[in-house]
Amino acid sequence: MDAPYAIEMVNITKRFPGIIANDNITLQLRKGEIHALLGENGAGKSTLMSVLFGLYQAEEGVIKKDGKEVKINNPNDANDLGIGMVHQHFKLVQCFTVLENIILGVESTKGGVLQMDEARAKVKALSEKYGLQVDPDAKIEDITVGMQQRTEILKMLFRDNEILIFDEPTAVLTPQEIEELMVIMNNLREEGKSILFITHKLNEIKAVADRVTVLRRGKYIGTVDVATTSKEEMSRMMVGRDVNMVVDKEPAKPGDVILKVENMTVASKMHSNNAVKHVNLEVHEGEIVCIAGIDGNGQTEFVYGLTGMEPLVEGKITLCGEDITKSSIRQDRHKHGLVLDYPLEYNMILQRYYQPDFTSGAGFLKRKEIREYSERLEKEYDVRSGQGPITIARAMSGGNQQKAIIAREIDKDHKLLVAVQPTRGLDVGAIEGVHRQLIEERDNGRAVLLISLELEEVMNVPDRILVMYEGEIVGELDPKKTTVEELGLYMAGAKRNVTVDANSSEIEESEVIDTAAARKEEA
Amino acid sequence: MKDKKFSLKNPSLQSILTSLICIILGLLIGYIVLLMINPAGAGEAIKTILLNFLSRSSAAAQMKALGNTLAKTAPLLMCALSICFCYKVGLFNIGAPGQYEAGACIGLYAALAWHMNWVLCLIFAALAGAVVGAISGALKAYRNVNEVISGIMLNWIMLYLTNMVLSSKKVKDPASPYTIKLMSGNKSALIPSAGLNKLFANNTTVTIAIPLAILFAILIWVILSKTKFGYELRATGFNKEAARYAGMKEKQNIIITLAIGGALAGVGAAFLFLTGYQEWSTTQTSVPGMGFNGIAATFLGGLHPIGTIFASFFIQSITDGGALINKSVYPSQISDLISSIIIYLCAFVLFFKYALNKWISKRDKGGPNVNDVPVTDNAAKKEGGDK
Repeated sequence: MDAPYAIEMVNITKRFPGIIANDNITLQLRKGEIHALLGENGAGKSTLMSVLFGLYQAEEGVIKKDGKEVKINNPNDANDLGIGMVHQHFKLVQCFTVLENIILGVESTKGGVLQMDEARAKVKALSEKYGLQVDPDAKIEDITVGMQQRTEILKMLFRDNEILIFDEPTAVLTPQEIEELMVIMNNLREEGKSILFITHKLNEIKAVADRVTVLRRGKYIGTVDVATTSKEEMSRMMVGRDVNMVVDKEPAKPGDVILKVENMTVASKMHSNNAVKHVNLEVHEGEIVCIAGIDGNGQTEFVYGLTGMEPLVEGKITLCGEDITKSSIRQDRHKHGLVLDYPLEYNMILQRYYQPDFTSGAGFLKRKEIREYSERLEKEYDVRSGQGPITIARAMSGGNQQKAIIAREIDKDHKLLVAVQPTRGLDVGAIEGVHRQLIEERDNGRAVLLISLELEEVMNVPDRILVMYEGEIVGELDPKKTTVEELGLYMAGAKRNVTVDANSSEIEESEVIDTAAARKEEA
Repeated sequence: MKDKKFSLKNPSLQSILTSLICIILGLLIGYIVLLMINPAGAGEAIKTILLNFLSRSSAAAQMKALGNTLAKTAPLLMCALSICFCYKVGLFNIGAPGQYEAGACIGLYAALAWHMNWVLCLIFAALAGAVVGAISGALKAYRNVNEVISGIMLNWIMLYLTNMVLSSKKVKDPASPYTIKLMSGNKSALIPSAGLNKLFANNTTVTIAIPLAILFAILIWVILSKTKFGYELRATGFNKEAARYAGMKEKQNIIITLAIGGALAGVGAAFLFLTGYQEWSTTQTSVPGMGFNGIAATFLGGLHPIGTIFASFFIQSITDGGALINKSVYPSQISDLISSIIIYLCAFVLFFKYALNKWISKRDKGGPNVNDVPVTDNAAKKEGGDK
């Protein structure tokens, strides 16, 4: 017999101006199951979770806990009902220790003095029970992303939450850490916790989830058993059509050197060390070169240096023999890519507003042309929004904001496309589209430099892989010949085939075990 | 009924509505204060404040009083535009009084010491304001000094600097703490009235400064919403990083914005002192209220250049009206108190707007809520990205 439901969200409807974010959605989470929530960007997953967390009130529908109807008006109500959430971006105090973060908000005190011993014992017991290894006295800023995530999980367990929501938990992890997380999730299930697992990644659903509920464009598509459903079927449910999971592409036909980076060193803003150290690389026309690596190994600073946002300590960048136009998809769409308070149409021209197409000789904006241009891009790149060109960018879903940036950048005339995590946060359908566009760019003879944290993307899209570790290029790999496991070793700094002062073409196979990295991994 | 519901969601109408709510509430609280002091004359007093020039006995006197109010509305409007313009670009120009002082200082000095005509004096006043604004801007752009802090400090620096400069023998009346009247010192520096004074019972302070200020308001509106320049400045204000990445010179834009704001405030000062309405008192020890009232006018005007035209007139009118209250019943400070209560409530415009939207969404339950913006994972991502 199936276990009873821990939480039910029945016939939930939530509307926003111009859009129905959740249209009659039902989600039933059984006790002791891992239930995946799958959907495209803007399918309504975040809205649904916000309703469950009390950030929004649904216009229609009811929420039931253990079969009894409950009202969740704010996040405190959700906490009282034993609902906990690991956010995609952790809510941790950087300069506090792990233990201090865990007890934050539920501290027990005696005469105004914190009572840490009891908490420490409880955290220790919990971490042993579930295999959540943490150092309670380490500061958050010093520990790995994986351990930060374990701290977040412990936070929920410390509060005796029974229903755990994981919002895209694997996005920030290395392959090894992802495996550990899967084990932890299994342990939690065995102890009777109920887990809601929000993800785009079908592999992970296959690996741990019992059932999956699929949303598409705000509508409920269905709930199926994972064991009896293939990945292809799931992606079809999500996207509404067949998705090509493998990237089709012709072999690259590299031409002249477009981008040449020599001995680039960029200072770090976080610490006194250099974030990028003596990087050499070349990108030819008609090829896609990917810089792979775990987040925070100097990729951001590298792109800053490359695009002129940060000064170089030393090094030289040559583009087509001289320094001319460049084009890029920004990695942080809010900080650089979009003016969130501007309407979509104004964002579409952000890089080109001064050109005669959009500004008259007298300095007036050509509103009609801007409107038409925006409408064309929205159509061509399938950018969906509530009110079309006049939608304020802030009100659009993350994936569609991303698509707007991609549309704008690719439509611009350029020789080199720097794509920084272009598929971050996108669903399979949209990822397929972006990959197709990148390859199309390549086939049109443009040089593409891709910076990616997604393993599948690194393996499938580029013609060459450069692995970045602690600011250095430590490996050059051929995606056709390498394996995910090998790539993972390079990314973790356990292996390298390029030495610092060598040219990037000189490849020698040598294994350098970085002890510091090994220590980090163990911890 | 359906139409009405729909129109209530119109942002422009909402701005007007919330501003009116502020005014009504302000008057109500003012009335209560008057009642507490002396119930007998409260009704009369509030009527006087509201009617201002209309409370005068003869038609000619009414027109003359209206002329005075308008003459002071022009400088107030310029200060409001200064703040409004910077605010639209994401900067809070609380340094407007300092820029106003600089405008008064150089404008009057050019008129009385250098004997220039009014056009040149106006230009010098604008330049002086722009320089002071640019100082705040440069500090913000290159040293990340908050423009509010540097603005407030510059307000005081400029006050005493102005007192010092205008105490010079060439410009100060030896018998009083005031600067020499332009009428006797340099008639050519008086802004011409072009016949406007005849409409207001020969009130000589009514000059073309008034229509000029309105033209400035329209100009600012056009620049902000229709031009490439405004597009750039606003993009910088909303998202400095995106602007920089789009190739805009964000540091330069910040300086230009505050310089323009400063120029507007500087012209504002010229619009008061070059009409001969009053002289600068070289012994004053407080920052002139004109710049601060500009903040109120900006918010009451719904942060829209055109709205500030009406808001400036209203604020000036109640200030003048307050001065007419029966001083034997109420202390002389009461007029300032009432107008400051209303000005204070102007700060609540945004709050009332929020409350109004909430009320609308509650009323048509089930309908989309204009306040809600779909939560995506962005909010979280933004936090993450900012680290």
